Amino acid sequence: MHIVDGALSNPVVIGGAVLAVGGIARGLRSLPMEKIPVAGVLSAMFFVASLVHVPVGPTSVHLIMNGLAGLVLGWAAFPALFVGLLLQAVFFGFGGVTALGVNTLVIAGPAVLVWALVGGQVRRGSARDAAIWAGIGGALAIALTAIAVAGMLALSGEGFVLAAKAVIAVHLPVMVVEGLLAAAAVHLVKKVKPELFAPIGGALA
Amino acid sequence: MSSVLNTLEKPLTATGGRRQISWLGRIDPRVRIVAALAFAVVTVACGRLPVLLAALGIAVALLAASRLPAGRTLRRMATMDGFILILLVMLPFTVPGEPMFSLWGLPASREGLVQAVEILLTANAVILALMALVGTMEPVTMGHALHALRVPAALVHLLMFTVRYIDVLREEYLRLRQAMKARGFRPSTGWHCYRSFGYLLGMLLVRSMERSERILDAMKCRGFTGRIPLLDRFAFARRDAVFTAGFSLLLAGLIATEIAHAAS
Repeated sequence: MHIVDGALSNPVVIGGAVLAVGGIARGLRSLPMEKIPVAGVLSAMFFVASLVHVPVGPTSVHLIMNGLAGLVLGWAAFPALFVGLLLQAVFFGFGGVTALGVNTLVIAGPAVLVWALVGGQVRRGSARDAAIWAGIGGALAIALTAIAVAGMLALSGEGFVLAAKAVIAVHLPVMVVEGLLAAAAVHLVKKVKPELFAPIGGALA
Repeated sequence: MSSVLNTLEKPLTATGGRRQISWLGRIDPRVRIVAALAFAVVTVACGRLPVLLAALGIAVALLAASRLPAGRTLRRMATMDGFILILLVMLPFTVPGEPMFSLWGLPASREGLVQAVEILLTANAVILALMALVGTMEPVTMGHALHALRVPAALVHLLMFTVRYIDVLREEYLRLRQAMKARGFRPSTGWHCYRSFGYLLGMLLVRSMERSERILDAMKCRGFTGRIPLLDRFAFARRDAVFTAGFSLLLAGLIATEIAHAAS
């Protein structure tokens, strides 16, 4: 779900941009130059993941995987996902220019929140426990994104309230799918390369 | 998004634009980025229908000048409109105002319809101008230009790495998908499919991570100390000045028309 230019009211657009810039700055500060290659490659990986379509009943959804991005990137998810959204807007025409801040905030904000909430359990737990927590995190990230998009729309005008409800309804199946995928992905990673969840973006503090 | 990309296309270089050929492609990349930003801010700030139509006209003219293949670009545009259309058809029924017509007993307001059309025009004008002005650049050139525009070096480096590895990892993904297909995997709705896709993502994550370790080792081997030289020097030539002046005039014209309409 990309918010486009012209849909949101000015205070929402400006507020979103300010918060996104803050998040990106925080993410870059936690990213020493030596970690830039890792973050760049993971940013590219999540860009590729967003091109993947997964069937849901008669239709299909494209993946967002912001929960998983948060789990491996921490605060660095902000600049990494911002870069992905920027490239999508410039080269694919998805999203918008003035809406870029809001779009970054609604995708990367939940990523960082999920990392703060379940990151520790995923890092320390057994493969099975980590998978369960990652599943919860993956679903939660989409839920938070949907709520944030709906909230931004609702804040922008009375007329959008119905659309905001529709956004949440549409994201319910996506939530389930992303949760299951995140759980399976983390299950595999915990068995193959558990050190992947060592913080790249620095510790929480 | 798969509908706009076939498997052989490389995502970031698949715009099909013959770069650096059109006159627009020769304008200083910094100027083009700033122009796209200014155009977006002005268009979003304006709200009158004639002004938005003029903005869309400017965007279409830029698209023609950029020599992006119009058909494909407009198709991508339409994919995006599909996303927002569902939100827009609701507006006439949810925005209160003078009823214009009614559908299944639901009154549709003129104000809501106008608002929906405004959003559609704004969104399309801004994104078309962005693709025509910035989307025709080499992604690496965009990185250098952003650096020249005082975007922090760390963010620019992150962008360069992302651009460099999107195509590589996409091929990695396609290889994994092909291996799954060879083993008889067919996407469907169900636990088996989701677990398989999850494992696919996990594997992609592991391979990406290991690749990035090799990249860092190789870079250190060549003396990487955490800085990548950003070499591109840009020259602000006379045609850039002419373009800047002309584009500023167009934007000023948009703002003037908006104010005139607001006053009347």
